[in-house]
Amino acid sequence: MSFPIVGEPIEAIKEKLDILYNEFVERFVEFRGELTLYVKPERIVEICRTFRDNNGLAYNMLADLTAVDNLNNMRDGEPRFHVVYHLFSTVSKHRIRLKAPVVGEPPTIDSVTPVWCGANWHERECFDMFGIVFRGHPDLRRILMPEDWEGYPLRKDFPVADQEPYEYINKQLADE
Amino acid sequence: MPYKLDFQTDRRISETIKQLNNDHMVLNMGPQHPSTHGVLRLVIELDGEEIVDVIPDIGYLHRGMEKLAEAKGYHRFIPFTDRLDYLAPMSNNTGLVLTVEKLIGIEAPPRAQYLRVILCELARISSHLLWLGTSALDIGAMSVFLYTFRERETIYDIFEEVCGARFTVSYMRVGGVSVDVPPHFVKMVQTFIDDFGAKIEEYATLLTDNKIWRLRTEGIGVISGERAVEYGMTGPCLRGSGVDVDLRRDNPYLVYDELDFNVPLGENGDTFDRYLVRMEEMRQSRRIIRQALKKLPGGLIKVEDNKVSFPKRSTIENSMEALIHHFLLSSDGVKAPAGEVYMSIEAPKGELGFYAVGDGSPYPKRMRIRSPSFVNLSALPEMSRGHMIADVVAIIGTIDLVLGDCDR
Repeated sequence: MSFPIVGEPIEAIKEKLDILYNEFVERFVEFRGELTLYVKPERIVEICRTFRDNNGLAYNMLADLTAVDNLNNMRDGEPRFHVVYHLFSTVSKHRIRLKAPVVGEPPTIDSVTPVWCGANWHERECFDMFGIVFRGHPDLRRILMPEDWEGYPLRKDFPVADQEPYEYINKQLADE
Repeated sequence: MPYKLDFQTDRRISETIKQLNNDHMVLNMGPQHPSTHGVLRLVIELDGEEIVDVIPDIGYLHRGMEKLAEAKGYHRFIPFTDRLDYLAPMSNNTGLVLTVEKLIGIEAPPRAQYLRVILCELARISSHLLWLGTSALDIGAMSVFLYTFRERETIYDIFEEVCGARFTVSYMRVGGVSVDVPPHFVKMVQTFIDDFGAKIEEYATLLTDNKIWRLRTEGIGVISGERAVEYGMTGPCLRGSGVDVDLRRDNPYLVYDELDFNVPLGENGDTFDRYLVRMEEMRQSRRIIRQALKKLPGGLIKVEDNKVSFPKRSTIENSMEALIHHFLLSSDGVKAPAGEVYMSIEAPKGELGFYAVGDGSPYPKRMRIRSPSFVNLSALPEMSRGHMIADVVAIIGTIDLVLGDCDR
């Protein structure tokens, strides 16, 4: 079964990025017609800006930003979290996925809000769910969970069931 | 519970006001305000009647869908997607099953694909009709609401005939659809779209040249094409600003590349343009359904691979293998290989994307839902600044958000 290619072939990306390719990209994976680039996290803002502004690439829209927790099946030397950027070009209608490993405690990566203002809420959600800190984010606080929630729900070590029901009102009354 | 000013959102605003040392007022709107279309809370900073800043506060309807997907598995997650954008469950179902199909590497048979297209377009009409009714109601044109709900009723009747449910349909399956449509389905849909042509012009007469409607929508909530792209807005909100993106045409899925339709675009990016875009989209959906009904092929409604779709009930009694497959599918579910895919469809509200990471088991390692309402809502502060307080209601309406979709 073949799937329509929604992105450019890796050769085209290599050619357009030229010497920057080796500086930015560690490895790539092609699966079901989709291209995933594993990029260097310390230069993520520069990478995103290049993907947006390079005339040949023109990935001008950040379609989605999220993270993946690899806790239960970490490969050797791979960090626990990857931040995933789905880019879309309104010009060529191509898509590409960038994955950046994040390390540290708390895991930290630079914010891409200077590149796309739409990253603001996505990064807040990612912080809310995974506890990943986006350095330079203008307003990094929880967005979906209550403000005094403890823990990060989408981490693999956060249990699905057997949670005490959340008693927000009682907590508030106890404070008074 | 007494209202307490101890939320970070409120604190931030009150601090700003203290710093500015002016006489701005803070207004709390929602979360139960009727015009917020669900449970959206807005903290609005006002200078007289003019909006200085809006801070949306969301999450009241957060049900942890993405975490649930990891625990439920691919197959059992289908009913949950009904509750995302609950005004277009058919689209959400389709988005999920297309993602899983892509991850597994299968494709549904042509009949199932055409049925999906017809039902998704009906869902689009139904969703746009609700938007039209409620946003007109918010602005003050009450009668439109009564008309649009009449047509939505017919669409729900069709859904009921197809799958037994009117609202939360759960009709799509990985590899096809759950049951074949009844014999009178084609006639029912045909009658509906034949009548609908005149009905939509009726709504247009009520609103398009209505002076009050135009005064309330023209020049309100303007966002330029560049800013809309930067925010990641999609769907009619993006096309209203003149950016030509429609995933049905640009990243074709199902059988949209075999069907002929136009993509309407706005010019000014204001509320009125988005209204025109959605009205035209309903007409185009009608065109798509008409063509799809004509081309609707016979044949299978789901793939025959029993590792993905349930074997026929009659074969279970005779075939040991079918029984085993049935048991494994019920107990484990659909297995997907290791890998990751992102599949997005043009839902009524914009790009609905699912990012699934499989690890060989029936449970996804990660199931991310990229919902259009969430992203479109993030542009609300920019669209509202400088307008009057009454315009916020019009702008929320024009974004066409559903909080179930936004909070997941």
